[in-house]
Amino acid sequence: MKAVVLGGTSGMGRELARLLAQRGEQLFLLGSHEEALEKSAADLAARHPAQERPGHARCDLEHPEQFAAALDAADAALGGFDTVVVTAAMFATQDELEADPELARRLATVNFANTVTFCEHARKRLLARGGGQLVVFSSVAGDRGRKPVAIYGASKAGLSAYLEGLDHKFHAAGLSVLCVKPGFVKTGMTAGLKPPPFAGEPEQVAARVLRAMDRHRPVVYAPAAWSVVMQVIRRLPRFVMRRINF
Amino acid sequence: MSGESTLEGWGRLPVPGRELLSANLEEATRGAVLSRGLGRSYGDSSLPAEPGDKVVGTRLADRVLAFDAASGVLRAEAGLSIAALNRLFVPRGFFPPVTPGTQFVTLGGMVASDVHGKNHHRDGCVGPHVRALRVRLASDDVVECSPTVEPELFWGCVGGMGLLGHILEVELVLQPISSPWIVQDTERVGNIDEYLAALEERAGQWPMTMGWIDCLSRGAALGRGLLMAGRWATPEESHHRPARGLPEVTLPVELPNWTLNRFTASAFNAVFWRQLLWRQRHQRLTPYEPFFYPLDAILHWNRGYGSRGFTQYQCVLPRAAGPQAVRELLETLSELGAASPLCVIKDCGPEGKGLLSFPLEGTSVAVDMAVTPDIQRVVDRLNALVISAGGRIYLTKDRFTRAEDFRAMEPRLDAFLALREKWDPARRLRSAQSVRIFGDKA
Repeated sequence: MKAVVLGGTSGMGRELARLLAQRGEQLFLLGSHEEALEKSAADLAARHPAQERPGHARCDLEHPEQFAAALDAADAALGGFDTVVVTAAMFATQDELEADPELARRLATVNFANTVTFCEHARKRLLARGGGQLVVFSSVAGDRGRKPVAIYGASKAGLSAYLEGLDHKFHAAGLSVLCVKPGFVKTGMTAGLKPPPFAGEPEQVAARVLRAMDRHRPVVYAPAAWSVVMQVIRRLPRFVMRRINF
Repeated sequence: MSGESTLEGWGRLPVPGRELLSANLEEATRGAVLSRGLGRSYGDSSLPAEPGDKVVGTRLADRVLAFDAASGVLRAEAGLSIAALNRLFVPRGFFPPVTPGTQFVTLGGMVASDVHGKNHHRDGCVGPHVRALRVRLASDDVVECSPTVEPELFWGCVGGMGLLGHILEVELVLQPISSPWIVQDTERVGNIDEYLAALEERAGQWPMTMGWIDCLSRGAALGRGLLMAGRWATPEESHHRPARGLPEVTLPVELPNWTLNRFTASAFNAVFWRQLLWRQRHQRLTPYEPFFYPLDAILHWNRGYGSRGFTQYQCVLPRAAGPQAVRELLETLSELGAASPLCVIKDCGPEGKGLLSFPLEGTSVAVDMAVTPDIQRVVDRLNALVISAGGRIYLTKDRFTRAEDFRAMEPRLDAFLALREKWDPARRLRSAQSVRIFGDKA
C-alpha cells in the first residue's frame, strides 16, 4: 500500500499512520503545519527504522488551491499512491459556532465543501489508475441532527452523504470508499469536553479503521458501541429529540 | 457539554478541575500552571490548586523525535509512555535506564518525580540518565537545559514535581538489553533482620532487587516476606519465543469499601507467602513485564479500595538509622492496623543530584493504605518516626504530609524554594500539593 494521509500528524490520523507504518506501508503526510509534519515524519522514522522515512507536504483544508499540488507531490514521492486517507477536519462546540457566524461558515466550508473538493482531486487520480481506496473521517454527528452538534453535525452529514454517493457511483470502477464515523474520541479535538460513556481512545479507533480498510467496508463506526448508540438515536421520534440534550 | 468535571490521582479522591489534552505541548502549555501525564502519582502532585487552573494533559504528545541505536539516545515528547516505549524498543534490544513499578507513566512524569526502580542501588534515579530537557518556564519562555546548560534549572526540574517548568521534551539514554527475559531469584525470608541482611547481600551481586513484606506479620515473624532479585537473561539462557506481554484484565467496577480488611488481607498474605510452596529459594526465567510491572496486569486496580480512595505511604530511612528504624516503622504500621497486605521494600543507593529527588542511601518502605477517617493521624505518626530517623517521604505518593513535617525532613527545601524564587518569583506554577506543602497561594 502507498498511502497519503491528510491529518496524520495528530489524533486518530497519527495512530492510523503508525499502524500503517508498522505494517510496512509506504506513507506520505499532508498537513497544515510544517513543524508538525516534520516531527510526525521523524516519529514514524524513529519507530520503524527499517521503513523509508515518510515524505510530507503542506496541505491546509482551508486552502483548496494547495490540494492539487500537494497530491502531485505525494504521487511523485510515492511513485503513484493507491490509498488516500483524510482525518483532518475542524471542530468547534455548538456554543462557539452560534456565537460566531463567521466561524460557522469556516467550519462548514472546511468540513464539507473543501473536504469534498480534496476528495474529488484524490478520487480522480485513483480512478485514472484503475481504482484504489479513499478513507475519509466523517462523524457519528452526521447521522442525525442533534442539539449539541447542530452545525458541526450538518457539515459531517453532508460529507457522509457525498461519500455514500461516491461509493455507489464508483464502486464498480474499482474505487473503494470508506466513511469512518468516530463517536466521541479522546483527542486534542475534544479537549475540554467531558467524555460521555463509550468515549474511545485514538489507538482503538485506528485499529478498527484498519480492519475495515482491509475488508473494504463502506462504513465503520468506532468505537463499535457507537453503531448501536446511533441506531437508537436515529429511531428516536422528534418530540424526544426536542427534549433531550444529546 | 456540561457536568462537573474532576481530576484525580492514582489514589482517587477526585477534585474539581479539568485537563486540557493536547498533542501540541508547545502551544498548550502557554499560560498553564501545571502539566500532568497519566495521573499515576498517588496523591495531589498532578491536581490543580483551584478548579479553574489551566492543567495540561500531556499524554497525546507522544512522538519519538529521534533515536540513535549506536548510543541509545532517545529524544521524545514528554507524553510518551513507558508502555509505548517498551513496545517499540524492547524488540530492538533497548530498555529505559530506570523504570518505576508501572509502565503507565510518561517520560515527563518520570523526570518530574525523578523515579527510581529496582536497580536504584546500582544505577540511581532516572535523572542521571537524562541528557537534556526542553522546558516551558513560568515566564512562558521555552528553554533547553541539561547537566551542562542551565544545570541548576535542570536539576531543579529533575524531581521538581513540575513546579519549575512544563517539561516538553526529554532526551534520555536507553540501556541495551541482552534479551527481553529476566532471570529472577526469589527467596522466602523469615523476618525483617534477615530481610535487610539478605537485601544488602543480593545488592552486591544482582543489578535489580526488591521485596514484598507481609505487613500483618508480628513478633518473631515481623517483616517476613519474599525477596526478589533479577538480571537480564543472556540470549543463550532466554526462551526463543518472544516474551509474552501481560494479560489485560480490567477491574471493571469499584469494589465495596470493606473488600480489603484485616481478614481478607491476612488470607491473601498467607497464600502469597506460600507461593514458593516448600521451596525456600528458587530461580526462574520470566518475561520482563511481570517482573517490573506485576500490578499492571490488572488495569484500574485502584478501584479495589472502593470509593473512599487510598494513599501510599512511601519513605526512605537512612542506612545510619540502622535496621531498628525499619523494624520500628513496621511495628508501628502493624500496631496502627492501617496497612494493606503488602509493603514493598527496597534498598536505595546514594542520593541523586535532583534537588528534591526522593531516595537516599538506606531502605525505602512503601505501603498502600485506605483513606479512613484516621488517615491524617496515621500519616503524622509515621512521619514523626521518619523525621527522628533522618529519612524523608516521596512527594509523588503523598497526599497527607504536613508542610512543617516535610520541612523537617528536607534539608534541601530552601535551595529548591530559592530556585523557584529565581525562575518563578510569583509562584505561578503550582499544584494542590505545592499549596499544601510549599505554602503556595491557594
